[in-house]
Amino acid sequence: MVESEKKELFTLRRRTSSEKFIDNGFKYAALSMAAMVAIALFTIFIVVLEGSFESMSQYGLQFLVKSDWDPVTDSYGAFTAIYGTVVTSILSLLIAVPLGVGTAIFITENIIPIWWRNIIGILVELLAAIPSVVLGLWAIFVMEPALRPLLKQLNISFSWIPFLSTEPVGPGMAPAILILVVMLLPIITAISRDSLNQVPSKLREAAYGIGASRWSTIFNVIIPAAISGIAGGVLLALGRAMGETMAVTMIIGNSNNFSLSLLAPGNTIAAMLANQFGEADGSQVSSLMFAAFILMILTLNVNIFAQWMVRRLSLKY
Amino acid sequence: MDNKHQLEKLFQRSSDLLYHPYQKRNLISSSFNFIAALFSAIAILPLLLLISYVIIKGGSQLNLAILTELPEPPGDDLLGSGGIGNAIIGTFIVTTLAALIAVPIGIGGGIYLAEFSKGGNFSKFIRFGTNVLSGVPSIIAGVTVYGVVVSTKLFFGSSFSALAGGIALSILMLPTVIKTTDEGLKLVSDDLRRASLGIGASKFITITQITLPSAFTPIATGIVLAIARAAGETAPLIFTALFSFYWSSGTDALLSPIASLSVLIYNFALEPYKAQNELAWVASFVLVIFLLTLNILARWLTGMSEKRRT
Amino acid sequence: MPTDKRVNQACIKLENVSISYGGFEAVRNVYCDIPKGKVTAFIGPSGCGKSTLLRSINRMNDLIENCTLKGRVIYEGNDLYQPNIDPVEVRRRIGMVFQQPNPFPKSIYENIAYGARINGFTGNMCQLVENSLRKAAVWEECKDKLNESGYSLSGGQQQRLCIARTIAVQPDVILMDEPCSALDPISTLKIEEMIHELKKTFTIIIVTHNMQQALRVSDMTAFFNAEVQAGGSGKVGYLVEFNSTQKIFNSPTQKATQDYVAGRFG
Repeated sequence: MVESEKKELFTLRRRTSSEKFIDNGFKYAALSMAAMVAIALFTIFIVVLEGSFESMSQYGLQFLVKSDWDPVTDSYGAFTAIYGTVVTSILSLLIAVPLGVGTAIFITENIIPIWWRNIIGILVELLAAIPSVVLGLWAIFVMEPALRPLLKQLNISFSWIPFLSTEPVGPGMAPAILILVVMLLPIITAISRDSLNQVPSKLREAAYGIGASRWSTIFNVIIPAAISGIAGGVLLALGRAMGETMAVTMIIGNSNNFSLSLLAPGNTIAAMLANQFGEADGSQVSSLMFAAFILMILTLNVNIFAQWMVRRLSLKY
Repeated sequence: MDNKHQLEKLFQRSSDLLYHPYQKRNLISSSFNFIAALFSAIAILPLLLLISYVIIKGGSQLNLAILTELPEPPGDDLLGSGGIGNAIIGTFIVTTLAALIAVPIGIGGGIYLAEFSKGGNFSKFIRFGTNVLSGVPSIIAGVTVYGVVVSTKLFFGSSFSALAGGIALSILMLPTVIKTTDEGLKLVSDDLRRASLGIGASKFITITQITLPSAFTPIATGIVLAIARAAGETAPLIFTALFSFYWSSGTDALLSPIASLSVLIYNFALEPYKAQNELAWVASFVLVIFLLTLNILARWLTGMSEKRRT
Repeated sequence: MPTDKRVNQACIKLENVSISYGGFEAVRNVYCDIPKGKVTAFIGPSGCGKSTLLRSINRMNDLIENCTLKGRVIYEGNDLYQPNIDPVEVRRRIGMVFQQPNPFPKSIYENIAYGARINGFTGNMCQLVENSLRKAAVWEECKDKLNESGYSLSGGQQQRLCIARTIAVQPDVILMDEPCSALDPISTLKIEEMIHELKKTFTIIIVTHNMQQALRVSDMTAFFNAEVQAGGSGKVGYLVEFNSTQKIFNSPTQKATQDYVAGRFG
């Protein structure tokens, strides 16, 4: 074949300008879509910050420690909601972590036959698919009425403890904590399970091979190897618990009055936003935005800390 | 040999190979077995209770009328509460809007991260930002969209609207879609990419015809899960899409407030009327069945890709 | 009586052992008396079930779902697969070294101390760590960095650390599953020299695909092969011949052994 003939058969040998244009256009389209993440984050930050400006300049840091929240006198302080956010999320985490990690161990180690493990694993994953508004509905009509006698008994027996000092009246912090536990369990279990599954089986064999028992292997070898993932998952769950809105709003009682007691109605920042934002006006909107800003900073820090933790604790093996 | 005997004496070991259930080590092991089993039981108990309650309470009242009728405003009729027809359609519309926004942007962003970026600061920042965005509480997405779209009447003077709700949900879907696209594309082997580029295909052709199709299942799984999450969300909708007791129809349907299953559950759960509470259970049943179906679909997709790989 | 003496010297007796994973049979009807204080090598083509059989001796196969064993594995008069046997006790007396070096993600010191501690060691730990590392011929490389991660060592050093970890708990028997297959020739040589030292104290069973290695380190050799057999799904491994290493390599009685050691297949 003559060289010139060969050339004619391939009409697109020289890249057409339209092809180059598509290639470049495609690249920049993808780039701008990636940039949307940054734009979305930036917008969220600016809107919330700008909205809270009035309240920030009026109350300053006092906002964090003032516990009165009164639309009538137009005086706002977020301490009740901050207290509620921190207490509900931390306490629910304290309950959910051992349960979730325990479940994850139960379904990754060979304690029970594999089909049982798979069934439990699937059930837990399905729990993660239940929307929080349904959890809230269930909490109102089933869980809280069922628990009330128990909470009453707690109050009667331990009323000298400030955290149990009020009589339960229905909605309150304690049922909110418990529904958060239900919500966090699948997250913690799923992430812990993944981290445990990623521990190479050669480490497990190494421990068994020198006569370690199952739980010695789990505590001394497997958990340390999986700890970065588990810790990351726990922090992620903490972020979720702080920002969780619906289930908590529906069962916490939305009280603006501060009470140490877990049996009393309380509030969280997210619940307060869900409840009041729609009907608020004037400086209440700004104070709600300020509270939203605080929530954002809290969850942001927890999430960044989670990412740092995963990198920091990762073991080489 | 003597040395070994001396050393062996320093180990406190049982003299035989038999299993001694009351030995300290075995007692500890069996109690931990028991604790782990107990914890698992506690973890799945609420799920079983909740699912069975939703099925019994919601499923038992299900009929065609409830699925197709409009809800009655609370207090109008103490016996009847109407149906959830418009909320089912509304959830479908708002979720579709959200997907229409988030899926193209998410896939585009994921393509940029996996195929174009060379690990520079911009892509590091976007990956970090994706993680941060997925941690933003959903209520804050709602507040932001309220501030940008609803209070400013950005779209043709409409305040609360289906579109605003869709935007709020799309913010929640975006990180999941980006992440799964990014990770799905990274799983595609570089050989495939080089093979395509090596025969002179352009980057656009390579990505759209070679890499993207081979990463179809992980991306599709991610999208299904993102839709499932968005469809169950309430917080971003309560002051963006609001609620409506009517069918959304007409030319400005997307620019008016719209009903959704999740907001219906929230609103009616807190009503003092029993009829409305019952309707919330029916709506929960429909929503849960829908979300479980989506999750099973996602699981099936993953299963398919695993089968193909082996 | 010479016959009795031979019986007394058998450390582990495999009696009609068959192992299968679910419906797949890996190895069938193995009879084998492994002598005490000697090095026994399991050789054979890949897929002949030699590693599976080795792992059954200290019940490592318990970790694998669906793995079942028929027959008897007798160690010092105990059938290890009786329900009243504690597999943890078994593994404390029959240690194992694996194909891939697998130190714990802990310090070198802890890698050794952990095993000793769980085995109830009451003596001087530092002394034990040093002795074990010395016996495993890796003390020189480790002595200045006992607090560094086990993964800071090279592959060959890691494997010797793993051997040190195993001998630190003073088992009677050490099982080695292709311990050198992931290592360079110099590390391999060091480990082979070490095995000669170790057999003064321990009974050693080593699986190897390297016939020269079997010839260099072992006293006894068991040759396994895999063939399609009636009633099996796919190839099933079986023991062809078990004898002193000299006999196996110089005057094997079976044709398959002869072909294999001559390098004609496998």
